[in-house]
Amino acid sequence: MSTPQRDSVNDEEEFADILEDLRRSWDLGHALRTFKPSVPDTGPPPCSAAELTAAVRTSQHLRYITKEVAVETGSTVEAVEQQVEVILGEMSQNLQMSSIRLLGYGLNKAMKRLFTRVNVNMDGLQRLQPTAQGYPVILMPNHRSYMDFLIISFLSFTYDLPIPVIAAGTPLSKMKLMGEIFRRCGAFYIRRGIGSDKLYWAVLSEYVKTIVRRAYAPLEFYVEGLRSRTLKALPPKLGMMHMVLEPFFKGEVYDITLVPISISYDRVVEESLLAHELLGVPKPRETTRGLLKASSVLWENYGSMHVNIGQALSVRAMCQGKIDRNHYNRVPRDLPQKPGEDMQACVSLLAHRVVRDQEQGAVLSPWSLMATVLLQSPVPSLVQEGLPWGALAQRTLWLRGHALAFGARLNWPGGTRESDEVMSSNMSLHHSVARRRGGRVFLLEEEGFAGRQPTSAEEGVAWRAVAVLMMASHRNQALHVFARPAMLAVAMHVTASRQRRELQAFFVFLLDVFSVEIVFTPGQSSQDFEEACSLLGKAGAIQCCQEEISVTDAGQQTMTFLKTLLQPFMDSYQVVFSHLCEAGDNTFSEKQFVTSVRKLATSLILSGELQTYEALSSDTQSNALSSLLRLEAVTKLRTAERTEYSVNKSSVQRIADMLCGKIPLQSVQTAPDSRL
Amino acid sequence: MASDGSSNSSSIPDRQQIARQRLRIIAGHLQKPLDPSDGDISARECSAPDKQPGDTTTKSVPRRRQEVMKWNGWGYSDSRFHFNKKGQAEFTGKRYKLSGMIMPSLKEWFEGTFGANVQHKSFASAVPSPGAVKPPALNQAFVEGVQSTGVPFSSDAEDRVFRGHGHCLHEIFALREGRVGRVPDMVVWPNCHDDVVKIVELACKHNVCLIPYGGGTSVSSALECPLEETRSIVSLDTSQMNRILWIDEKNLTAHVEAGIVGQDLERLLGESGYCTGHEPDSMEFSSLGGWVATRASGMKKNIYGNIEDLLVHVRMVTPKGVMEKSCLVPRMSCGPDIHHFILGSEGTLGVVTEVTIKIRPVPEYQKYGSVVFPNFDMGVACLREVAKQRCAPASIRLVDNEQFQFGHALKPQVSSMFTSFLEGLKKFYITKFKGFDPQHLCVATLLFEGDREKVLQHEKQVYDIAAKFGGLAAGEDNGQRGYMLTFVIAYLRDLGMDHFVIGESFETSVPWDRVLDICRNVKERITRECKDKGVQFTPFSTCRVTQTYDAGACVYFYFAFNSRGLSDPVHVYEQVEHAARQEILANGGSLSHHHGVGKLRKAWMRETVSEVGLGMLRSVKEYVDPENIFGNGNLL
Repeated sequence: MSTPQRDSVNDEEEFADILEDLRRSWDLGHALRTFKPSVPDTGPPPCSAAELTAAVRTSQHLRYITKEVAVETGSTVEAVEQQVEVILGEMSQNLQMSSIRLLGYGLNKAMKRLFTRVNVNMDGLQRLQPTAQGYPVILMPNHRSYMDFLIISFLSFTYDLPIPVIAAGTPLSKMKLMGEIFRRCGAFYIRRGIGSDKLYWAVLSEYVKTIVRRAYAPLEFYVEGLRSRTLKALPPKLGMMHMVLEPFFKGEVYDITLVPISISYDRVVEESLLAHELLGVPKPRETTRGLLKASSVLWENYGSMHVNIGQALSVRAMCQGKIDRNHYNRVPRDLPQKPGEDMQACVSLLAHRVVRDQEQGAVLSPWSLMATVLLQSPVPSLVQEGLPWGALAQRTLWLRGHALAFGARLNWPGGTRESDEVMSSNMSLHHSVARRRGGRVFLLEEEGFAGRQPTSAEEGVAWRAVAVLMMASHRNQALHVFARPAMLAVAMHVTASRQRRELQAFFVFLLDVFSVEIVFTPGQSSQDFEEACSLLGKAGAIQCCQEEISVTDAGQQTMTFLKTLLQPFMDSYQVVFSHLCEAGDNTFSEKQFVTSVRKLATSLILSGELQTYEALSSDTQSNALSSLLRLEAVTKLRTAERTEYSVNKSSVQRIADMLCGKIPLQSVQTAPDSRL
Repeated sequence: MASDGSSNSSSIPDRQQIARQRLRIIAGHLQKPLDPSDGDISARECSAPDKQPGDTTTKSVPRRRQEVMKWNGWGYSDSRFHFNKKGQAEFTGKRYKLSGMIMPSLKEWFEGTFGANVQHKSFASAVPSPGAVKPPALNQAFVEGVQSTGVPFSSDAEDRVFRGHGHCLHEIFALREGRVGRVPDMVVWPNCHDDVVKIVELACKHNVCLIPYGGGTSVSSALECPLEETRSIVSLDTSQMNRILWIDEKNLTAHVEAGIVGQDLERLLGESGYCTGHEPDSMEFSSLGGWVATRASGMKKNIYGNIEDLLVHVRMVTPKGVMEKSCLVPRMSCGPDIHHFILGSEGTLGVVTEVTIKIRPVPEYQKYGSVVFPNFDMGVACLREVAKQRCAPASIRLVDNEQFQFGHALKPQVSSMFTSFLEGLKKFYITKFKGFDPQHLCVATLLFEGDREKVLQHEKQVYDIAAKFGGLAAGEDNGQRGYMLTFVIAYLRDLGMDHFVIGESFETSVPWDRVLDICRNVKERITRECKDKGVQFTPFSTCRVTQTYDAGACVYFYFAFNSRGLSDPVHVYEQVEHAARQEILANGGSLSHHHGVGKLRKAWMRETVSEVGLGMLRSVKEYVDPENIFGNGNLL
């Protein structure tokens, strides 16, 4: 394919719209194109799907586990072997070129209809060319929409790159026909909630490791584990990452190349669906019918999609000096062995690094900034009075300056002069959540069928929340840009202190509390703090001395903005904390928890005590719960049928009080009194 | 290809003659036929210090080594590679099969592999720089003591310089530039066990540092004088203790003085129809005592065993006295085997003076062979299977593609059109007809030994296994050339250094399942490190599997690069070697299979043998040698 017209983002990376060429060419012609990936002859030999499963089946690792499981469960080895067959059958990919062509045809059509542009950085594509060394390549995109599930495969097909093998969740395999088509496009399926199923773990890890060891095709997986419902980066899941990296730790491959890929959208196709899901409307199962129904979305315009293939990371270089690979020398490598602590730390570090690279590589739409600005105003006034267009535009431009200074990648075509035009067009692209009327911008409430009015005040709150959460999902895409400075702004506000040491301690506490909400690399809080200081210092918002940090006069506006940015999270967490402290029962299930927090939040919103509608989001609620688990204020009890939680009220109260500055900071994680 | 038609059909006497000739090539390439009267192998007393005139000429190693050997390179002064006026590589001298021959394709290989140019020369200096050798710091009382015993000694600069180094790259590189570091202050040449006892007693009495010196072929910095040593350093050269004291034909053992070098041992035993079968690549120069002190391994260990298997009895003179067992038995259960304190002690506990070693009748028949595999993976799989079936020939080695090509570059000029036609045909058959990729194929070289019948049977068994792994028999010639390569490789290093190419070999042992990974990873690491360190041209980084065991294999790496344009090539080399060793350890390989630890690798001893293990070794040292008389600083 020739290189289409270039579109510059931040002047450094060159993006090109791949649709331009596709629109000029004949769809069927594209599907039938000669696919000829350039594979160096020193590279690894190809491996068919059958060879792959055969290698897994006969591996020493699996034979060992099979025997172990047979002994543990008291069944015969043959019976366990049959289980292995079932698992493998359910798991295996079955890559076939004909399906890739079919997919190419379908995706080609869909993308042309949905998007005005699909921008891909061409030098990133270049970097995916197989190298002579033949190291295994791991493609690690973020997952924001169903649309991006096969986009890498599509690009690979279009640009003659090796087609990746993709890790997907089993629900996808249950879709009639599509499940099988995806399988033939290189998807292999992983069950959710594997828990302690030893045999399944063994089959899966052997399957993954064999793909990595053989390095015959890139492996693609979502390090975040699943599709982010909030469009915010999710803390990485480490299980798969461990499997992928183990062949390097064990010396079975010389190096592994990780390629972070950031996929971002002006609008994700399922945006309103996601908001409903977060508010407790159950998510429709992934069925083929569901997909067909969703085909109504084909008539909407979703703006641009960006695929930014990041700089490859060498696992070897990243682990240099951090791990002792001798760890695996005393046990045969095929037998399962727990990785050393140094390796676990490295896996976590790498996973977080990839997420950070994905965040930084993501291309922000101007609307993200506009949504961020809009959400700084109280929701009722946004709905009723709206925000003057001039104020919105002026604030957005102000924010644009900060975002760029903080290193964001913005898709903001043209200079500032055309800005009004850019913002207007973004406004109209998002007509389903916000509308410009008479020089003011209003947040649109969800409308009932046929103009039905909400039957109760509670329902009204929920309807309004849909719009807020949709808006929030756009803000969330920009959150990572401001996260560190915002944490510092909150720390300065809550502690009302200038002492660097005190601020840093509170900063670290905030990182702990919001560790599930916003992704930070564990153990790097001091770097994060320094980064926050340096960014705000450069922006002229604060002055940093050896001991003290103070806000400059010019910085007041910035600091207020940053503090307000995190306010919804601060408030939502406080709602969760107060619910836990006031609830009658000390133990509860997650379902009970979500329902009662939602109820509490609704009543607080109605009474005007709570400003933010984000407290209604099940995501925020469960994040708060996970965070308390990490802080050991809540413990998980596993009973036979279900998981329950037990709360330590005084501990939660302490965290709540510290977070709002009522009591000074104390050590959280290991509070001895709270355990008594 | 089916092995080698011509030799299969040859008559038996012919074959035996060929076999004998081959044995001579391996065991005693150098010397002119010996005076038969020297083949005196009856037991005899420790002879007087002054030997009969002419006695030393029958042995390979004179006291003044520099008279026959290079002082700043490998091997004999008369044998060296060079590019002649026509730019063709040539090997001088008359000692080796390759001597006097021209290797027409070496230049092209050399220039192509290293990006080198034979016109660019970096010749070695002929003598040490003036003033490079510091005057000896002699311990007068000790000198007088030695004088009174009548043991010959010298503090001549040339003698001292010769014994101050082994053959590590950095040692040879410095010598070629005329640089000499700390060297021993004095050299003594004891003639027998009792002489050694006297010298060790004197050393203890006068507190001088003794460094035992055997063949001088160390590649672990074991012979370097520790810089922190303030005492007078005395090199104890065992080369004159080179007699076979007795041969016991009933038990098939021989009692031998430890200074004897490999080629003399095999030659002298051969005259009685025996051999030890211990053939390390350095056997021309390395000594029996050195083998014991470093846990040496011979190429034919599959039949004869490594040095620890060959050892029946050993005497070692330590500062605390003489250590030896009370009997000559094949095995005993009397606590930890004290031989294992001696084996691998690397001169830190005492001097090995006499060894009783197993001997075998010289094999009736010997045959080389080779197998081509489509790729290295298949070759390793085949070797693993051979080891599993425990049918390894005397030697079986698998060289990778790079080394295979290197071997080809060393082919001497073919004399007849017919041979060259045959070569072309072979190549065509393998690459075109069988579809082997010349950039991937690799070769296993084989050496069979024993009864003719059994050898042929054995050969068939091995070739049958090889066939299962896609192997094609590729003739005796390829096999023999492979083994020759190991004898001349050290000479080739000197040629490389004449043209800015520096290199070295190192080895490890590793479990079977890691062989492929370690080979790939270490080679890759070398390539990457060289690039990172500013080496312009991709280095020559190659390996071979040289020994097979039940549970693993020994892997040997060669690594060389063009150092032109580097300000400190040796430093770069050392960094890369260090990285490669770390890669080996991270991939489950050992610190060393047979080269030993010396000072070069002792930083890794703790992690290799554990803190407690190191403590055990230390406590032995503290008991045996509390004053650190044997202060070469190796190992611990």
